[in-house]
Amino acid sequence: MRVPLSWLRDFAPLDHPVEVLVATLDDLGLAVESVERVGEGLDGVVVARVLEVGPIPKADRIRRVVVDAGGAEPVQVVCGAWNFGVGDLVPLAVVGAVLPGDFAIAARRMKGVDSHGMLCAADELGLPGDHDGILVLPDGLTPGTPFAEATGITSDVVVDLEVNPNRPDAMSVAGVARDLAGRLGVPFAVPEPKVAAAGAGAEAATVVVEADDLCGRFLGTVLGGITVGPSPAWVARRLTLAGMRPINNVVDASNYVMLELGNPNHAYDLAQLGGRGLVVRRAEAGESLVTLDGIERSLTPDDLLICDAERRPVGIAGIMGGASSEIGPGTTEVLLEAAWFSSLAVSRSSRRLKLRTEASARFEKGVDWAALDIATARFCELLGVAPSAPPVDVRGDLPDRHPVPLRVARVNALLGTALDEAEVVAHLGAIGFDSTPAGDGVVDVVVPTWRPDSTTEIDLVEEVARIHGYGAIERTVPTSSQTGGLTPYQRDRRLVRQLLAGFGASEAWSTTFLSVEAIERAGLDPAGAVVVTNPLVADESRLRPSLLPGLVAAVAHNAARRQRGVHLFEVGKVFARPAPGAPLPVEREVAAVAVAGADAAAAVDAWQVLVEGLVLDDPRIEATPAPGLHPTRTGRLVVGGTAVGLLGEVDPDVLATHGIDERVAWLEVDLEVLLALPHGPGRYVPVSRFPSSDIDLAFEVPEEVPAGEVARTLRAGHDLVVGVQLFDVYRGDQVAPGHRSLAFTVRLQAQDRTLRDEDAATVRQRLVAAVERTHAARLRG
Amino acid sequence: MTDELPALLTEARTRITEAETLEQLRALDAELLGKRSRLATAKARLGSLEPEARREAGRGLNEARQEVERELAERRQALEALARGTRLEAERLDLTEIVPRRRRGHLHLVTQARDRLEDVFIGMGFTVADGPEAETDWYNFGALNFPPGHPARNMYDTLYLEVGEPETVLLRTHTSPTQIRVMEAGEPPIYSVMPGRCYRQDTADASHLPNFHQIEGLVVDRGITFGDLAGTLDTFTSAYFGPGITTRLRPSYFPFTEPSAEFDITCTFCKGDGCASCGRTGWLELGGCGMVHPNVFASVGYDPEAWSGFAFGFGIDRMTAQRSGVADLRDLVTNDIRFLEQF
Repeated sequence: MRVPLSWLRDFAPLDHPVEVLVATLDDLGLAVESVERVGEGLDGVVVARVLEVGPIPKADRIRRVVVDAGGAEPVQVVCGAWNFGVGDLVPLAVVGAVLPGDFAIAARRMKGVDSHGMLCAADELGLPGDHDGILVLPDGLTPGTPFAEATGITSDVVVDLEVNPNRPDAMSVAGVARDLAGRLGVPFAVPEPKVAAAGAGAEAATVVVEADDLCGRFLGTVLGGITVGPSPAWVARRLTLAGMRPINNVVDASNYVMLELGNPNHAYDLAQLGGRGLVVRRAEAGESLVTLDGIERSLTPDDLLICDAERRPVGIAGIMGGASSEIGPGTTEVLLEAAWFSSLAVSRSSRRLKLRTEASARFEKGVDWAALDIATARFCELLGVAPSAPPVDVRGDLPDRHPVPLRVARVNALLGTALDEAEVVAHLGAIGFDSTPAGDGVVDVVVPTWRPDSTTEIDLVEEVARIHGYGAIERTVPTSSQTGGLTPYQRDRRLVRQLLAGFGASEAWSTTFLSVEAIERAGLDPAGAVVVTNPLVADESRLRPSLLPGLVAAVAHNAARRQRGVHLFEVGKVFARPAPGAPLPVEREVAAVAVAGADAAAAVDAWQVLVEGLVLDDPRIEATPAPGLHPTRTGRLVVGGTAVGLLGEVDPDVLATHGIDERVAWLEVDLEVLLALPHGPGRYVPVSRFPSSDIDLAFEVPEEVPAGEVARTLRAGHDLVVGVQLFDVYRGDQVAPGHRSLAFTVRLQAQDRTLRDEDAATVRQRLVAAVERTHAARLRG
Repeated sequence: MTDELPALLTEARTRITEAETLEQLRALDAELLGKRSRLATAKARLGSLEPEARREAGRGLNEARQEVERELAERRQALEALARGTRLEAERLDLTEIVPRRRRGHLHLVTQARDRLEDVFIGMGFTVADGPEAETDWYNFGALNFPPGHPARNMYDTLYLEVGEPETVLLRTHTSPTQIRVMEAGEPPIYSVMPGRCYRQDTADASHLPNFHQIEGLVVDRGITFGDLAGTLDTFTSAYFGPGITTRLRPSYFPFTEPSAEFDITCTFCKGDGCASCGRTGWLELGGCGMVHPNVFASVGYDPEAWSGFAFGFGIDRMTAQRSGVADLRDLVTNDIRFLEQF
């Protein structure tokens, strides 16, 4: 909302320094987005008439111009613009003038020609317009007249406000002035428009409201004797400063009233309305209308229409008028609509039609139904006409208005203030909320019609706080009676990140959104992925079912930039369609690691870091294929019998489609499942004071038996076994086909004695028997 | 006999000095002091002397022996030092020739910020709560006092999921639904922060991402006031951003809080003097906050007359990016290793 400060002063003596006004607006919750100074730096700019234009030898871009600037002697300048001729009136910045942007004008000499000033383009004067040429002024001005005086441009400051959805009143100049005046303690009033009494010369128009649930009030006024033409300069200028383009006096008056009072209104060319009247009704299914912007809009029974008396649509209520009854040069009689429409209805239609207008923005938030009369009068005043027939005022469902009881003690309890009743009443009264004492520290507050947002006690507490000033409330710090901290899961999640960083991987953040194609390219099935109903782009139409597509894409991004061998990890949510009957998608928190330039061994390393860091009990790797992963180099991670993730390498086909020409090791762990299992250090097992001894065992083992299983058998084979280490794998002539040799070092140690040779022999015998029995293996000689 | 000692000592000294290896020195040791050495045989002959002369000669021999031993020990030390020097010189390493095999990984910039934020609040007695990223309309809007069709819903460019009835399940647009879940899960007092990933239908550009991170705070206790909110934010900002960084509250609107406010912090770049980063205002916009709306308490079954509370929330990514000089938020999600390794 762009508000010229001069306009605010129509309603209150807000002659404070600009800095004070800006700070106060911010402090009232009318956030100032920008402050623009216009019409400054015009001292020393005068109206000048071009007397002579001539070439300058050896210069083809600039010309010598002689102007009459009202002085005794003509003034010679050099000018680079070509859009004017002899006889035109133009602005001249004389030597010594300082234009906006601290641009000082001095006498210069160019190509041997003296220049005593500068002819100005609009932007050089800080005015709306471009730099295409010199600003050519309308005829009839006297050379030598100060430019500002001749054009009626006075210096002004325009503040651009960001208005919150709960403040429809601040969508108007008067409303902003009311808040400022209330806070700054100066009087505020909306001047009564001066309009002659309604005539009875014209036939009244009819207004029929069929949807009185959506249209709470409709004030229709016939105005005759209209001559369509340009608006007065001051109206055009204010509209321009407020960011609207002047069109003609009728449309401008309508816009002016909306900006000033916050009531959107619409003027129909009465001659174009069938049946000299309006009907407000719901649209019928399949009905359509061409709006003022020339676009055909298809409508539904949720949309509220303004129709002529013959029921033909002429506008979408509260959003935009139709093209058919637009004000044109020949319009002589208008029907002015000032109305109150339900904010929900306007909001719904505006959203569905994707059509947001100045009018819909105001109706959505809720306009002041009680201000329709003054808005109509102001329209008449601006146009300088009186209603030519008595207005028609139709009422439907309007918001109920009951006084709201406010407990002064409640105000203080919530704000931490010590205001007395008089102060509370004064704060509210300053912005038009009238209070009546109701006893026991309670006041009954009548909320003004321009504040439809304010309906409950807490709303009033906020108003008191706003006018009191948030900054004026003493700051205190409550003491938490609880102990702060992370949950065990949150602590472990941090630990996992630290462990993976320690492993050498850097943490990636890949987007939650994926395209169907990206999921498929990672070798995964998009069928189970959760679908986003309204993505902005197709790339964002699915929620990631796995961290694989994102991390592989990240590896590819780096590889394409000569960053090979990157180690990445990510901890994040992955999604799947809900289980039957569940309201929400399945959401799992997963940690994944991608190690480029490394085979599955790197993934085993990373897993071992987690196993040791989290102190996992009984971890196993079970070979199994998985989508997107290398079919013969992938295993399922099982801890204590529960599957917790996958480990291996990314499928070579997936790497190829991503243009990755190095192996990528892969580890993914379902954090919530993993961390729910028992983990962490158990009870301390004392370090034995007695020496340990090692025995080496080599077995011929069938290929289908995992080495890890043999190791498990050895570990569980005897109480004296304290460590098992695979140190050699041999395949070749020395072992039977379909087998390989696995050689282990087994460390033995007792807590209570030094082992004797007989102990080692017994254990060895037991271990060999267990492995041979369990794994169809044979001890090698 | 003692007459020979000076010559013997001179010769011994010369030979000890000339010994060039520990090996030679060991042989010399045996030769000079061993059973068959001249000193040893001389000692054996002492018995043939008169007691007076024997004492005299014995002392001379002892002194000579000690002298030789001292000379040998000194030389041994010197040779050992020399040998150690030679051995270690052969092991010399150019430490800068060594290429570190594995670099430590880096936590993401946003994770580091999130952890630090959590830690500051933990120090203030807050717990940390997580919540789902896919939410029902009720948790994201309804329970937070956005009834269906409420215009304030338009402030959030919500992404809906094709789950259940249309527009009933969505990606949370803010971390606020976790407030509801925390309140439903227990009774006050509550002092909790809720960090996490949120989503809006937004085109990724230098200052927007369709998925981003927020942190939300909720305090519910007896007698909590707006002044407590402002004071808590001040405590947090000076702890996180540094001394002298304070907050400014400006009235604003959120359906789930009232009174509501935007909160700004003293510009961390110019400390409030006004600079390009803060648009010469001396303040940086950080987030939103306010007193928990009675309707929100009602939706979780808390009595708003018995309890009061405040909530606040702000985005982590933009604030963190700005502090680190990351001009384009998309750098956060590109996962270029040259970006990740800078933090």
